[in-house]
Amino acid sequence: MKLTTWLERKEEMKKKKAPKIVFTSVDEMPIMAMSTGSQSHNLTGAWRNIKPVINLEGCIRCGICWKFCPEPSIEIVDEYPVIDYDYCKGCGICAEECPTKCIVMVEEKK
Amino acid sequence: MKKVIMGNHALSYGAMLSRAQVIAAYPITPQTQVVELLSEMCADGTLDAKFVKVESEHSAMAASIGASAAGARAFTATSAQGLALMHEMLHWASGGRHPVVLGNINRALAPGWSIWTDQNDSLSQRDTGWMQYYCSSNQEVLDTVIQAFKVSEALMIPSMVVLDAFVLSHTYEVADIPSQEAVDAYLPPFKPEMRLTPSDPHAFGGLTSPEHYFEFRYKLQKDMEKAPDLIEKTGIEFEKAFGRKLGLVDEYLTDDAELILVTSGTVGLTARVAIDALRKEGIKAGNLRMRVFRPFPFKTVRNILKKAARVAVIDRNVSYGHHGIFYEEVKSALYGKGKGPVVHGFITGLGGRDVTVDFIKDIAAQALAKKKADAEIVWIGVKI
Amino acid sequence: MKKPNKMTMTLPAEELMSSGHLACQGCGAALAMRYALKALGQKTVVCIPACCWSVIDGPYPYSSLDVPVYHCAFETAASTATGVKAGLEMMGDTETTVVAWAGDGGTFDIGIQALSGAAERNDDIIYVCYDNEAYMNTGIQRSSATPYGAWTTTTPVKHFKDRPKKDMVGIMAAHHIPYIATANIAYPEDMFRKMKKAKDIRGTRFFHVYSPCPVGWKSRPEDTIKLGRLAVQTTYFPLYEIEYGEKLTLNVKIKERKPIDEYMRLQGRFRHLQEDQIAAIQAEIDARWQKLLSRAG
Repeated sequence: MKLTTWLERKEEMKKKKAPKIVFTSVDEMPIMAMSTGSQSHNLTGAWRNIKPVINLEGCIRCGICWKFCPEPSIEIVDEYPVIDYDYCKGCGICAEECPTKCIVMVEEKK
Repeated sequence: MKKVIMGNHALSYGAMLSRAQVIAAYPITPQTQVVELLSEMCADGTLDAKFVKVESEHSAMAASIGASAAGARAFTATSAQGLALMHEMLHWASGGRHPVVLGNINRALAPGWSIWTDQNDSLSQRDTGWMQYYCSSNQEVLDTVIQAFKVSEALMIPSMVVLDAFVLSHTYEVADIPSQEAVDAYLPPFKPEMRLTPSDPHAFGGLTSPEHYFEFRYKLQKDMEKAPDLIEKTGIEFEKAFGRKLGLVDEYLTDDAELILVTSGTVGLTARVAIDALRKEGIKAGNLRMRVFRPFPFKTVRNILKKAARVAVIDRNVSYGHHGIFYEEVKSALYGKGKGPVVHGFITGLGGRDVTVDFIKDIAAQALAKKKADAEIVWIGVKI
Repeated sequence: MKKPNKMTMTLPAEELMSSGHLACQGCGAALAMRYALKALGQKTVVCIPACCWSVIDGPYPYSSLDVPVYHCAFETAASTATGVKAGLEMMGDTETTVVAWAGDGGTFDIGIQALSGAAERNDDIIYVCYDNEAYMNTGIQRSSATPYGAWTTTTPVKHFKDRPKKDMVGIMAAHHIPYIATANIAYPEDMFRKMKKAKDIRGTRFFHVYSPCPVGWKSRPEDTIKLGRLAVQTTYFPLYEIEYGEKLTLNVKIKERKPIDEYMRLQGRFRHLQEDQIAAIQAEIDARWQKLLSRAG
């Protein structure tokens, strides 16, 4: 059984598509319940009914949306916020807190 | 170095020599001297350990588990009500695979308040996944703590070293206190593979679904099944190092016995006195003192008891709605293994009622008189 | 308005908590952990008793935290943390911060004994209580942290909670521990500063963190930060620090206090309250604020 080191998990987390872990035999498991993988395998974006859309024209780069995201599923890319829809649960905090109201919540298209 | 010490202090010396690193304990009669001496040892530098004066036994076990999870060797001690209060955390220690060693002074559970000895407190915990050693002398107590750490850490299963309240805990006997060097050679430092360390972060004990829980408990049982052989092996190693063997049981004159008494704790040594007296009267009695109760030493018990036609199990405990606990477990160990001895069950000594040589001789007489063991419990010494 | 060239970051960018965790939409507890770990850093061990975070972290074999976690029994957050700290020190590690991370149930109720014990001994741990004001993980049952008037499943509307919220900070202050702070997920910079300060203090440090729960409070998930702000602006949940049980420092002085009704209106759990009950609640908050002002330095 391979125990992932913190460094390996850090890479997984950066890639964010951490693998799901399946055990086929008791010999693959540690002696007690000890995590060996990242919860980031779980794409919580599936929970949403509404999703935030950022209009970058109105963005004043205050950092508030990034700051208040509980997941967090907002990353800063080239000094602007980018929503990671794989994880965004659609809570609406970013839209509610944005001072210029440049984030709107739209219905998820199914 | 030989010293006259009380049973409680034998636990303290055992823990000290085992280089226990974290001691989290709460006082309860008749355990207090265990932790008082350990506290002194920590204060004067004899023992390099953190002594945490927790505010309850539940916290004592929780702190011991935390320390063990961090990679430190943890020791604690308690009795009766305290052990009962720890119950939830005993399960946590074994399920979490933390090799904590605990000294339990067998004391009768309240109500009414009792500080005297019987075995219900520790036997009530027999399903918690802890190994259990029942000791009969201060020397054995001291030695067993050291062996317990070695076995526990090899298997990552906690263990308790049990001794009778007052009859052993407060009785002064000569004990040989081995040198630290000798103990260090026998018991290496605790180096767990999995522990709480930021350099390799893991979450321990998280939500475990039916998909996985079964396997963890299977592993605990499988590892517990390795314990009897390991206890024998480390017992022989102990003999090589210190001159005293620590086995699963302590046999006395069983080879030609027509009746074997199954005993534990201090009754196990009182039984020898009774057996010597019986032998003088021409009765070939023998004694099987059970030192290890969990894991139950099936092979050893079966091999010894098949030598005799009759067995009398002496329990200083009772499982209400059932029978004496050692009796039940011995009987079930013998079931289906061919023609075996007739097994009689006797319950005596609850709440510290003195178990005398005469009681034991009476037990032997009753066991020899009956062809069959019709009564599953024969009460000895109750004012009926 | 001139756009700044860079994104304003009032907190460090590094995340020690990964997304994919199981917190509900708009969960205050998730934010609390995110901010706490930014301040405390990776050399931290977190002891989590039964509470929402037992589930949020992720089931075996996963974790969403980049630090070691010990999931412990309900009443043992403080005692487990005490043991972990003692163990780490015996292993030669005196740097790693040990945190007990418990909900209000595990702190105010079942965990209070172990917490009081650790505080009395001044054990070197940071105890963080994220307070969502009920036993949320088990389905919104009342705790002694539930405010007067609130609906919960065990204080239904006809028998709403008729006892005041336990003064946990007062209880901790009576232990004369080196550092106590209240914190609020709507004021992350304040929480960050306090956590950083606490990290360098030795002894027992206690945080009471205001942590909205949309599911249990019957509030909109997007209102979580707004509720946090209102909690402070109504002085329902003032932000302050107490050192050694004596020196009280008020962090956010409110000149124009908002009425509590504005705060409660956003939460379905207060919907049944009558005007006179709201007035009584307002009076209690007024009195409490005055007491705090007079104690403050």
